[in-house]
Amino acid sequence: MSLLEARKLEKQFGGLKAISGLSFSVPENIIFSVIGPNGAGKTTLFNMLTSIYKPTSGSIFYKGNNITGMPPHKVAGLGITRTFQNLQVFLNMTALENVKVGCHLHSKSGLISAALRLPSVMKEEHRVRKMAMEVLEFCGLGDIADMPASALPYGILKKLEIARALAAQPDLLLMDEPAAGLNDTETMELCDLIVQICQSGITIILVEHNMRLVMEISHHVLVLNYGKLLAQGSPYEIQHNSKVISAYLGGE
Amino acid sequence: MKRLAGYYCFAIATLMLPLLFPDSYYVTVVGVTVCTNIVLAVSLNLLMGYAGQISLGHAAFFGLGAYSSAVLTIKYGMNPWLAMTAGVIAVTVLSYVLSRPILRLKGHYLAMATLGLGIIVHIFFVQADQFTGGPDGISGLPVLSILGYPIDSDLKWYWTFAIFMLASVLFSLNIAHSRSGRALAAVHGSEIAAQMLGVDTARVKSYVFVFSAVLACITGSLFAHQQDFVSPESFSFFFSIELVTMVVLGGLGSTFGAVIGAILLSLLPEVLLVFEDFEVMIFGAILMVIMIFLPQGLFVAMEQTFFRLLRRKNQRAADVTS
Repeated sequence: MSLLEARKLEKQFGGLKAISGLSFSVPENIIFSVIGPNGAGKTTLFNMLTSIYKPTSGSIFYKGNNITGMPPHKVAGLGITRTFQNLQVFLNMTALENVKVGCHLHSKSGLISAALRLPSVMKEEHRVRKMAMEVLEFCGLGDIADMPASALPYGILKKLEIARALAAQPDLLLMDEPAAGLNDTETMELCDLIVQICQSGITIILVEHNMRLVMEISHHVLVLNYGKLLAQGSPYEIQHNSKVISAYLGGE
Repeated sequence: MKRLAGYYCFAIATLMLPLLFPDSYYVTVVGVTVCTNIVLAVSLNLLMGYAGQISLGHAAFFGLGAYSSAVLTIKYGMNPWLAMTAGVIAVTVLSYVLSRPILRLKGHYLAMATLGLGIIVHIFFVQADQFTGGPDGISGLPVLSILGYPIDSDLKWYWTFAIFMLASVLFSLNIAHSRSGRALAAVHGSEIAAQMLGVDTARVKSYVFVFSAVLACITGSLFAHQQDFVSPESFSFFFSIELVTMVVLGGLGSTFGAVIGAILLSLLPEVLLVFEDFEVMIFGAILMVIMIFLPQGLFVAMEQTFFRLLRRKNQRAADVTS
């Protein structure tokens, strides 16, 4: 059964159709990559899947439920989370605190009980701290836990954003250009991390420009061009698809 | 309890003051003003510093608390505690209803909306004179008593305010290191990322707005009883700006920053008695200087410098041993 299904998605900004007539489905537990030239509508698609944008028409089904137009935090509550192309790390916190926010859905104390620091809050804090530390260590960030995020280099922040998303224990993780701006070593590490995340049972939708990375780790690739589906299939099929090649390299 | 070490020192200092100087004007009279301003600044900091939502109308909730106590006890002969509770309920409802539409706004728009709120409430205090006594205000509140002990001297008022203030500061510190506190900071850091992690940002903002309004409202009630007099002047737009200045001066987002800011700006008029007419100008100048030279605030800048020096010293010690 597919985890996520998009039916005839359409998003229009004024006169511009950023996405039109896009249908696809994402099976469980795979790395599903979305590629396409700049401006193809990849980020718009992400913003619709996470309910930041409401589609102009069409619908999105997640685990069989229609989630179109649901508020973003509710979508997150169902187990979908994401990372961002332009980093959205909380720079006003430490690395650990960032990941602790990721645990928001798995804790429940409110403002008043926190103000009074009831025993239940203390217990929860302890649990959240442990949970957050585990995730940080999984991502290889254990030793920078108490550093302010604003003092961390770009490569680490990219990882931190992934760690924060993992703390939310999603079933579906959308990653928007995780390798952008990383050097080769960092990209290799990222590659391993993504594969590990997938192996732990999380389905990944990946938008990425680094073709080597995409072709190496994806199980399924979807190619967008001018907001339309150009092709989809295994990395091998995509690499040998003449339509894809001409869209990327310019053809006759 | 390393987390609260600073708080305990502060609490001890606050509680020692009246024991050391029981007759000092600065403790019993100025001290109450300082405590009032600390609670207001700390509550505003929850909204502005933690959640990053500016409010230029915080004095309105302070005023609503004060007027509910004054009007309900004097005009309707209500029991002071009952009047205070009624005020809290009214402010809870009002702030909750206002919070949803207002907190959808961001930046300048939010500033304008809260500014408007502050001004409307102030005008209401001035104009609704059959209830509020108009520009002259009203006086003659009944004595507030706690469990049968009347609070009838300056010193007793100091104790009351000091304890209320210390409780508020503790609440604020506790919230910082909690799920709710982090959700607030997340809203401040990146609203969209917060939503993607399941934080209901509209609700979080709304709750902190109500919480901060209610703290200001209770402070207002106590203030009205302590002053035995309320007039619109105490709750004007200028006072809202003064509160913002306190929070920014000390350092946005830091509870102790708000405390320090409130102490400094409350003591300033005592020092600058001669310049009374220029008070607002001086506040404006302070705000400008801080924003230009120390945007992170006085207290936070001091804290950072201290930790930097400490780290350097440790580094040097480590260099020597290695």
